[in-house]
Amino acid sequence: MDLVLPDFGLLFWTGLVFCSLLFLLAKFAWKPILAAVNERGNSISEALALAEKTREEMKSLKAENDKILKAAKAERDEILKDAKQTSNSMIEAAKEKSKEEAQKIVDAARDSIRSEKAAAMAELKTHVAALSLEIAEKVVRTELSSDEKQKALANNLASDINMN
Amino acid sequence: MKKALTYILIALVFSMTSFASPANEHGKESHDEKEFDVSEMIMHHVKDAHEWHLWGPEHGGTSIYLPVILKTKEGVETFSSSNLYHGELVHDGENHYYKGVGPAQGFGMFHEKIYELDEHGKLHFEDGHVHGNIKPIDFSITKNVTSLFIGSFLVFIIMFSCAKFYKTNGAVAPKGIAKFMEPIILFVQDDIAKANIDEKKYKKFVPFLLTIFFFIWINNLLGMIPIFPGSANLTGNISVTFFLAALTLVIILVNGNKNYWGHIFAPPGVPKLLLPIMIPIEIVGIFTKPFALMIRLFANITAGHIIILALISIIFINKNVAWGALSVPMALFISILELLVAALQAYLFAMLSALFIGAAVEEAHH
Repeated sequence: MDLVLPDFGLLFWTGLVFCSLLFLLAKFAWKPILAAVNERGNSISEALALAEKTREEMKSLKAENDKILKAAKAERDEILKDAKQTSNSMIEAAKEKSKEEAQKIVDAARDSIRSEKAAAMAELKTHVAALSLEIAEKVVRTELSSDEKQKALANNLASDINMN
Repeated sequence: MKKALTYILIALVFSMTSFASPANEHGKESHDEKEFDVSEMIMHHVKDAHEWHLWGPEHGGTSIYLPVILKTKEGVETFSSSNLYHGELVHDGENHYYKGVGPAQGFGMFHEKIYELDEHGKLHFEDGHVHGNIKPIDFSITKNVTSLFIGSFLVFIIMFSCAKFYKTNGAVAPKGIAKFMEPIILFVQDDIAKANIDEKKYKKFVPFLLTIFFFIWINNLLGMIPIFPGSANLTGNISVTFFLAALTLVIILVNGNKNYWGHIFAPPGVPKLLLPIMIPIEIVGIFTKPFALMIRLFANITAGHIIILALISIIFINKNVAWGALSVPMALFISILELLVAALQAYLFAMLSALFIGAAVEEAHH
């Protein structure tokens, strides 16, 4: 029966010890522990919120970057295209010009060749005429007696050897 | 710091106690003659005592004799309990009691209860109870009180070192003992206090709930260690559970708001004619809640001690060590179950206290 009857002495000591324990723990343990743990909890949730916000910012920043990059790429392509076009046209123009230049040189050369040739021909003609004259003189001196006949033969011969 | 505190504790324990010489031929003889009485052995272990029995036979084994403090009409008497246990063993029919010697002269102890002897130096019995002798108020540092000191000191040291960790390191991730204790502390704060008590009011009750949880848990675990400093059936003692339940009741009554008292003395939606029946029922209801707390903890822990002792006793009843093959695995199983019960009962006590407090401070919501 005395198993289920409270004993005053133990009741007294339990009360004393438990109340002191409650007081001591509340002051020296629960207060600092809960303060630290809850403070840490708050700082963690703050940090998480900040991270979320930063992530959002990063996202928008990245989108902006992408946009800028895209624009830059397009501009570069444009510039490259322009440059290619310009260089092509420049090459084209240079080619054209050089062709013209060459044609001009060729033409000039042809002209000078022609005039040189004509001069050479004329000189050759006179030279040949002189030679033929000499030959004819020698032939005529030996073969011909009259001056009239000699002259007519000479002229006939000279026009025969004209190459033109 | 911790070391110094440990030394102080050890010194305190030793200064309070005196060791016995394990020589009492008379006691030994009677022990050998007697049949093994299971219920007496179990009751002896489950109840409080003025000595802390370590090993050896019940009479004349090795014990730590704890100090006895008595408040008599003349004043306060203090002496070591060895003066009772080593006193004269008197047989009075079925009953036998110790007669104190030395400073314990004039006192007799029957079933761990100390009485003043009459002018003839005797105790009088009637139906197996002491009758007619004056019973002084017993403030002795009994086995349970010693266990109470050790358990409370342990709780304080554990929590104090936790607090020290946070004090030196600030609000960082826990390490060491704090790492182990923090989830439990947070569990009590969030899942016991916050879950049952109004969001705005729960903070006030967290220290009480934390203290009651760890006090019960650590003392339950201490009780499961079969030898000093464990083995005392502290949380299975009705005085202890009575005090804890009474404290919960006081907290409920002090913090109960208008809404709480309104539900007791003017239950809403109840016809006026029924009030004479309802009000007494509600008033009884105030006390049944902590009463259930008291009985639940007491019965669970005491039952655990009794089952383990009974299972071990199988060997001694049959006087054959082979029975150990049956009783040891069963006792081991129950011991592991009791580890769970130790935590579960602490949780239930704190949880139900929080629930009752929560109901008492709840605001009306109509």
